[in-house]
Amino acid sequence: MTDDVDHIDRRRRHFLTVATLVTGGAGMVAASIPFLSSLKPSARAKALGAPVEVPVGSLEPGEMIRVMWRGRLVFVLRRDEEMLSRLTDVNDLLRDPHSEVIDQQPEFAVNEHRSLRPEFLIVEGACTHLGCAPLAEFEVGPADDWFGGFFCPCHGSRFDLSGRVYKGVPAPTNLRVPPYRFINDDVIIIGAEPVAV
Amino acid sequence: MTGLESEMGKDRSAFIKWVDDRFPWTETMRYHVTEYYASKNFNWWYIFGVLAMVILVIQFVTGIFLTMNYKPSAAEAFASIEYIMRDVEWGWLIRYMHSTGASFLFIVVYLHMFRAMLYGSYKKPRELIWIIGMLIFFVLFAEAFAGYLLPWGQMSYWGAQVIISLFGAIPFVGEALVEWIRGDYAISDITLNRFFAFHVALLPLVFVGLIFLHIVALHHVGSNNPDGVEIKEHKGADGVPLDGIAFHPYHTSKDLVGIIVFLMIFSAVVFFAPDMGGYFLEHANFEPANTMATPEHIAPAWYFTPFYAILRAVPDKLWGTILFGASVLLPAFLPWLDRSRVKSIRYRGWMYKLALTIFVVSIVVLGWLGLQPAEGIYVPLARIFSIFYFSFFILMPYYTTIDKTKPVPDRVVYNA
Repeated sequence: MTDDVDHIDRRRRHFLTVATLVTGGAGMVAASIPFLSSLKPSARAKALGAPVEVPVGSLEPGEMIRVMWRGRLVFVLRRDEEMLSRLTDVNDLLRDPHSEVIDQQPEFAVNEHRSLRPEFLIVEGACTHLGCAPLAEFEVGPADDWFGGFFCPCHGSRFDLSGRVYKGVPAPTNLRVPPYRFINDDVIIIGAEPVAV
Repeated sequence: MTGLESEMGKDRSAFIKWVDDRFPWTETMRYHVTEYYASKNFNWWYIFGVLAMVILVIQFVTGIFLTMNYKPSAAEAFASIEYIMRDVEWGWLIRYMHSTGASFLFIVVYLHMFRAMLYGSYKKPRELIWIIGMLIFFVLFAEAFAGYLLPWGQMSYWGAQVIISLFGAIPFVGEALVEWIRGDYAISDITLNRFFAFHVALLPLVFVGLIFLHIVALHHVGSNNPDGVEIKEHKGADGVPLDGIAFHPYHTSKDLVGIIVFLMIFSAVVFFAPDMGGYFLEHANFEPANTMATPEHIAPAWYFTPFYAILRAVPDKLWGTILFGASVLLPAFLPWLDRSRVKSIRYRGWMYKLALTIFVVSIVVLGWLGLQPAEGIYVPLARIFSIFYFSFFILMPYYTTIDKTKPVPDRVVYNA
């Protein structure tokens, strides 16, 4: 210390500057957490995203219904024998025929029919490219190698009758299979994790 | 000082003196208005900055009045727009001014940016003006995108679905990020509500701040001109650039003519073609959002379509997103990509002129392709013109270095 009133202690000033910046910066980061977190799905949004029960017993083979779960479109398709038999034929044309991208379906759907029970296909109706709703085109179209499946009108992505993506389209992965389980033979519950099968 | 300013000084009232002792009023007015000297050979390309400001004022005024009747909720938004259109006195005019203003702002901003490319206005020492301008451009994108969701029509909903999904392509954090942006598992009431906050509060504030910086930087360096000559290098005895004339009253009175012509065109569109055949207001958006069905054909508003065409040209989600982002960001690097010794196209060689022509053609063709369905011949065409678009920027350091330039005059000229 010195008695000189004009003396500037630069080391001390530097320390105070850095200490203020670090403390203030930490405070700013902490204060930003509530604001950024407020943008996440709220408790109400989460509650509205609760599982939904869907009666499937009345579906005819070959018939599909559209239901909403968490504000998202979900396709529930009851495939007939002929549709199921087509699945193997297209394997070579698909990007991920064996559902190896693990994020796209619960473990129980890692199979050719991508479902718990072969006849029922439950997939989200959101193209994995940019989220458009694909169109259901189940008829085989001889003109353009179409074996039936889902076609996205936005950017031309194609999926087969198991929601598996074709090669050479913009969508990178298969349609997502939501978690679901059967309550009984006639009712499924979408959004609920399956109990041990 | 010129005669005009000394006149002003003499008449400065006691009130102005009182203010000047407390706030730099006269000083600021002189620095930015009455003694800001810009080149005397400006041509009509120099009207678009002023026009952008005029449209911004229109957007602010009409926007504020729209919020007085608009309801930012999924249940009421679409109906509240119809209410504005049918039941609110003059509501249709205010809304059409706002929707037409959005398209015109993009037209004017694109021409304003093209002017900078014609005359090298982004080159040293004006790099920061260009960078700040690009930031304004990005904010304008976000502002237009957020605003487009508000009517909650079919195109609002599915357009937002497509663009927000782009963030999902980011590895690892993508899905969580998308959920955070939407605030829900899908685009919903919550998303609409926050986009409203972005559109009417956050982004306009950022706009005003960035435009302030844009003009401060411009007035510090001085405006460029069609010759790309620095007028400050030749000053008269009074310290005024010999080729410069004061912004006010000279440039302002000339700008007024441009503003009147612009307002005539603007009014013609507002009154006679507010939807511009589906380009300014897309027909699918006259249907309320339906979360169960995507419209057969999705196209964003016309001002996004060149970049959208690039996105669709790539048959891979991640790379499509990367190239889409790159196509928007690349122009920000122009000051460093352009190695030419001269600024203005008047003194550049054939290579830059050819490159700029190809660039303009690619933007226009891509813009058109972005409105077409992604099928048939349109896909390879989009790929070819995307390559042209990127080549303009990536090859620029090369062709601007070897391009033969003409000698630049010392002083500005009127015809070149």
